[in-house]
Amino acid sequence: MNPEMLSRLQFALTASFHYIYPPISIGLGLMMVVLGVLYIRTKNPLWRQMSFFWVKIYALVFAMGIATGVVQEFEFGMNWADYSRFVGNIFGSLLAAEGVFAFFLEGGFLGLMLFGGRRLGPRMWLFATFMVAFGAHFSAVWIIMANSWMQTPGGYTVATTATGARAVMTSFREVMFTPSFLSRIGHVLVSAWMVGTSLMLSVSAWYLLKRQHIEIAKAGFRISVLLFFILSLIQLFVFGSESAAVVAEYQPSKLAAMEGLWETQECAPMTLIGWVDKESGATRGIQIPCVLSFLAGGSFDATVVGLNQIPEELWPPLQMTFQAYRFMIAFGSLFIPIGLLGVIFYYWQGRIFKMRWLLWIFVLSVFLTEAVTMAGWAVAEIGRQPWIVFGLMKTAEGISPTLSTEQVVASISIFIFLYIALFALFIFLLNAKIQHGPDPLEEDKPVSALPDTFREVFGRARTS
Amino acid sequence: MTLNDIWFLLFVVLIAGYLILDGFDLGVGILHLLVAKNDTERRLVLNSIGPIWDGNEVWLIVGGGVLFAAFPLAYASLFSGFYLAMMLVLLFLILRTVAIEFRSKRKPKGWRTLWDVVFSLSSLFIALLLGVAFGNIIAGLPLDALGNIHINVFELLTPFPLLVGISAVAMMAMHGAIFLIMKTDGELQQRVKGYAPRLMIIFFVLNTLVVLAILLFQSQTMENYNGTLLLGVFPAIALVALIVAWRMVRAERYFSAFVASSAMIALLLFSGAIGMYPNLLISSIDASNNLTINNAASEENTLVVMLVITLIGLPFVLAYTAGVYYFFRGKTELTAESY
Repeated sequence: MNPEMLSRLQFALTASFHYIYPPISIGLGLMMVVLGVLYIRTKNPLWRQMSFFWVKIYALVFAMGIATGVVQEFEFGMNWADYSRFVGNIFGSLLAAEGVFAFFLEGGFLGLMLFGGRRLGPRMWLFATFMVAFGAHFSAVWIIMANSWMQTPGGYTVATTATGARAVMTSFREVMFTPSFLSRIGHVLVSAWMVGTSLMLSVSAWYLLKRQHIEIAKAGFRISVLLFFILSLIQLFVFGSESAAVVAEYQPSKLAAMEGLWETQECAPMTLIGWVDKESGATRGIQIPCVLSFLAGGSFDATVVGLNQIPEELWPPLQMTFQAYRFMIAFGSLFIPIGLLGVIFYYWQGRIFKMRWLLWIFVLSVFLTEAVTMAGWAVAEIGRQPWIVFGLMKTAEGISPTLSTEQVVASISIFIFLYIALFALFIFLLNAKIQHGPDPLEEDKPVSALPDTFREVFGRARTS
Repeated sequence: MTLNDIWFLLFVVLIAGYLILDGFDLGVGILHLLVAKNDTERRLVLNSIGPIWDGNEVWLIVGGGVLFAAFPLAYASLFSGFYLAMMLVLLFLILRTVAIEFRSKRKPKGWRTLWDVVFSLSSLFIALLLGVAFGNIIAGLPLDALGNIHINVFELLTPFPLLVGISAVAMMAMHGAIFLIMKTDGELQQRVKGYAPRLMIIFFVLNTLVVLAILLFQSQTMENYNGTLLLGVFPAIALVALIVAWRMVRAERYFSAFVASSAMIALLLFSGAIGMYPNLLISSIDASNNLTINNAASEENTLVVMLVITLIGLPFVLAYTAGVYYFFRGKTELTAESY
């Protein structure tokens, strides 16, 4: 294999492994804010006990996110030097803005969130938690801006210099708000909130099955099950379908591969299950007529561009894009009935707490939300190929000219061994923490005695 | 002062922030196995940086992002040229992060010792590798006309960069020791107090050798100083700051010593940056291949946008960073939340 293919594999590996964690930082971050608000409003110590439990899990997940995220900041320069040279003006400034606005926020307040629970009053602790969660969301905003620029570039002009072409910024507003940005950021944030709520549902369902920590498990369902259901609806009917429509308009080659559509046609069908047969130029499987036209163009007789209208060298890998998309749609849609059953049987006198089969489905839900999120990214990134910046620069043109096969083999081997070991340790420690369960709430001193305003925090000598 | 000058200065300020802040927590990591003899002491050492190490590391990440945005050609050439060396830095950054988080999660002695060793060695190697990278940047790199650096990882390990690397380790260990004295008490503190002056002497000797090596063998970085002798005040004040730090350590005024040591680190970096200016990467093949703050920079439009972003963002960063440090001031104590 050549350095380009190896670098693509390495980037896919490191980015995918990294992206196990940020959706939890975002989604569980939101739930941590909810817990903090509930405690302040009700003064019920149950919410405080839950915060102390979940913040430990948050710490572990966040550490994994930091450890694997550092790689991303430098990998563009290491493996994709010509890409970095070409897009530095634009892509670099979005990454730098993410650092200045979001990473510092997370990094600054994380210590207060993780170590401040018994030193800060509930309001100040909530403030720190909110800032970390806000930082995680804000980080997603900038990185989706950057990625959306790679999908549907805007606000630039290409200038020629002595050492090659450069994309130069003409409008920062257009760079930030490219045509795909708004639907994609909605899609990404909702998916992250679904991962966060499903993690809470999963752990709560596990406790109910094991008949442990019943109060906390029921409270976990109470705050997340309805939210999870609503999010699953929004995801499919608002941001999911809107993202598909944007792809249809701006990235026809990606849409054709996602749907395995060969002929440009009106009333294009959508395949539910199937496979793309590249040899014979056909897609086989169960198809519903005209649905794709409706999703892509808003009416059942809208014209959708097929692969045969696009030169073959501009096709993305067909089977992978097609199957990743099928996987995302199939399991993403499944969250609606799962959520609905959860909502019905939770609010119907809490019958769900006795329904073991449904609880087992909720235990598994977090693995599904994570897997579906991965599949979504696979569609977005594999479907963009052969472009690194859609329509502007090929992936092959972005590679570092100095890179040798041996170098990338060495680095990818290190990453594979390291990440397998880290993932095993992460699951081991996460499982240990979940099995251990929430600790009983022990306060060294009454909550009301903790400093709970800026003046109290900064205006007096620390008493501990 | 042009826009590019401002960005060079801002980049140097960010790296100075990184070296001062992550410098002491890397230093604490380097000293971890030497000064802490039992589990409680090791937890105290780890928790002295517990709430702040992540915020400190962000300065490096943002430094990378800012280099990408302001000087993309230097970003691309540097990290692709240093490919495997950078891979090792990433490996140690990852190991260090998980070591801090994993260590106290389990009770068995073997588990904890393993992560103590990983934490300490990865801190040491990050400091060493960053120092070696600085050394190579000062010494110049085989930069071709297209800005590519063809060099393998072993060719980076020549005597001068290694000397800078070892000096960086000593500098961070010294800086970390002063920080650790402020955060500890009792026997542990006594042990660190024993190390601090020795580390300062070792650093002084190594850094003097670095300066001599630059004067004798790295004339490419002396031109600015030869042109304007007044610039010599930067390295001179760095020396004064080190002497002040020494006297403050002797007088057991460790906060003042820490401030002096921080100032010295910033001044040393500024002195190096003055020597490099206006170059970012110096070519050992042909001076016309040098990547400078002008030919490696983004266009004016980007630099202006980035400047606005930084001017909005940085005051907040400094304010809440200071607030967090203030909140966690004083001796480290172990609580239910601690690592």
